[in-house]
Amino acid sequence: MQKVIIIGAGHAAAQLAPSLRKQGWKGQILIIGDEAYIPYQRPPLSKEFMAGEKTDDEILIRPLSAYDQHDITFRLNETAVKLNPLENALTLSTGESIGYDYLAFCTGARARKVPIPGSDLEGVFYLRSIDDVKGIKHRLDVRVKDRAKKSSKTSDSANVVIVGGGYIGLETAAALRKMDVNVTVLEMQDRVLARVTAPEVSEFYQRVHAEEGVQIRTDSIVSHIGGEGQVSTVRCESGKCFDADLVIIGVGVVPNVELAEEAGLLVDNGIVVDEFAQTSVSNIFAAGDCTSHPNALLADSLMNGRLRLESVPNAMEQAKTVAASICGQSLPYASYPWFWSDQYDLKLQIAGLSQGFDQVVIRGDHKNSRSFVAWYLKQGKLLAADCVNRPKEFLVAKQLLSRGIKVDPALLVDESIDPKTFLQ
Amino acid sequence: MPIIHYIEADGTEYEADVVVGSTVMQGAVDNMIDGILAECGGSCSCATCHCYVDEAWFEQVGEAGGTEKIMLEMAIDPQPTSRLSCQIQVTEELDGLVVRLPESQY
Repeated sequence: MQKVIIIGAGHAAAQLAPSLRKQGWKGQILIIGDEAYIPYQRPPLSKEFMAGEKTDDEILIRPLSAYDQHDITFRLNETAVKLNPLENALTLSTGESIGYDYLAFCTGARARKVPIPGSDLEGVFYLRSIDDVKGIKHRLDVRVKDRAKKSSKTSDSANVVIVGGGYIGLETAAALRKMDVNVTVLEMQDRVLARVTAPEVSEFYQRVHAEEGVQIRTDSIVSHIGGEGQVSTVRCESGKCFDADLVIIGVGVVPNVELAEEAGLLVDNGIVVDEFAQTSVSNIFAAGDCTSHPNALLADSLMNGRLRLESVPNAMEQAKTVAASICGQSLPYASYPWFWSDQYDLKLQIAGLSQGFDQVVIRGDHKNSRSFVAWYLKQGKLLAADCVNRPKEFLVAKQLLSRGIKVDPALLVDESIDPKTFLQ
Repeated sequence: MPIIHYIEADGTEYEADVVVGSTVMQGAVDNMIDGILAECGGSCSCATCHCYVDEAWFEQVGEAGGTEKIMLEMAIDPQPTSRLSCQIQVTEELDGLVVRLPESQY
C-alpha cells in the first residue's frame, strides 16, 4: 500500500491529512509529532489557554476519533532524525527506519532562543507549545502561593517580565493581566510591534497596555537575567533592573528546516517550495511556517517574490495544495495573507502584508478610542490594513486586495462613508 | 448527542453527532466537512464558517449579534438566515438542526 508520511503534527498536518482523504488518497497516512499531543490550535496558547479559559481538549483542532475514522495514524513523542530522499527512507529517534512514497514537511517553527546570560535559570520560559504554557501557569501558581505564605497582604501579585514586544509578548501580557499579575514588557526597539506595524499602531498598543496596567519599556536591551538557581531579576544594558518571579521570552521564531537541509533539500529562510508546495525533491512537499514559498500576488511587498509566513490560514491553504499535488491534481497556492490578534477587548484583524509600504492613513481615532483602521499603501495601491475592532473594514480590505480595487486614501479615512461602498 | 445535518452547496449531505456545548463549526471540522474552513478556529475573526440556517430552525437558533452580525454583512452572499457557525452553540434543543453551506467562503 502506498504511504504518505507527514513530519510535524501542527495546523498544516491537521489540514493535510483529511484533505488527502477528501482528494481520494487511499493509502496510509502517518503523522509524526514530537509533542505528546495530537494537533491543537496554537493561537489560543497566548490568549484563552494562558488565561485558563480553555482546556487542553478545547484547543484540539479535532478529537482523535475524527482521525481514526479516516484511518489517519499518529506517532507522537517521536522525532524524525534523518531523511534519505534517494531511498525514500526516514529514520526516527527510536532508530527505526520507515519507507514512504510521499513525504510532507509540516515542521513549523520553534521559538528563537537568545544567548542572554541567565536565560537557563529556572523560571525562564519561551512560549510555543502547550507544555510551555503549562510550565508558565504552574510556576505562577507556585509563586502566588509562596508569596501568600510570606506576606500578610493577599494583594501581593507575582511579577512577570516579558522579553519582546511582538504579538506573542503583548497577547501574553494581556492574558496575564486578567490573572492579576504585574506585567513588564521589555522591547529592544523604540516601539512595540516595530517589525510588523506602522508607528501609529505601535503607539496605540502601548497606550492601551499602559491603560490596562502593563509597564512597557522600549529601548530596553536585556543584558542579564539574575537569580540563584531561580530567576529573580532582569537587568537591562541601561542599568535598570526589574524584579521577576517569571520571565517569558518572545523574540520571534526560527523555521524547523534542519532535517530537510541535511537531506540536501533546497533551504533558504525556510524549505524552498514552488506554488504547488513541492520541494526540490519531487516526491517531497512542505506546508506552513517552515516553507519559503512564492506568491505572485504580493510582488509589491517582496524583494525576490518569495516569503515565509507565520500564519495558520497560510498553513491550512498550503496543506490543501500539498494534498492536491500528491493526488495528481493542481491547486496552485496564491492567496493574500491575513492574521489576527486578540488582546483585552481589542480584536485586531490584519488583511494583507504591509511590508514595503510608503504611506499610512488612519480611519478613526487611534489616539483616544479603541477602534480604528491603519491602511497601508504603496504608490497609492493598498497593501494591507490593520483593523482594530473594525470587522467590516477588515472584510472590505480583504476584498479590495483580492479584487485589486484602488480607493482614494481621502475616502479610506472618511468615516462618513460606508466602507462597503469602496467595493462598488 | 444532538445530530446536525450539513448540506454542502453541491447537495452533498452529512449527518454529524455533535456534543452539547460544542459549536456547529466544530462539528463540521470534526467531520471534515469541506464547506466550513474555520481558519481562525472559532474566535469570530475570519468569517470562513458562514452557513445558512434552515428556515424552520432559524427562530430556535436565533439571530447574529455584535461582531458576527457586522462580519456577516460582508460575507459572500449573505441571506436573512446567515450565521457564523462558530457562534452557534450546540444544545439538546438543536437536535436535528439543518444548515446549508455556501458555495465559497471567500
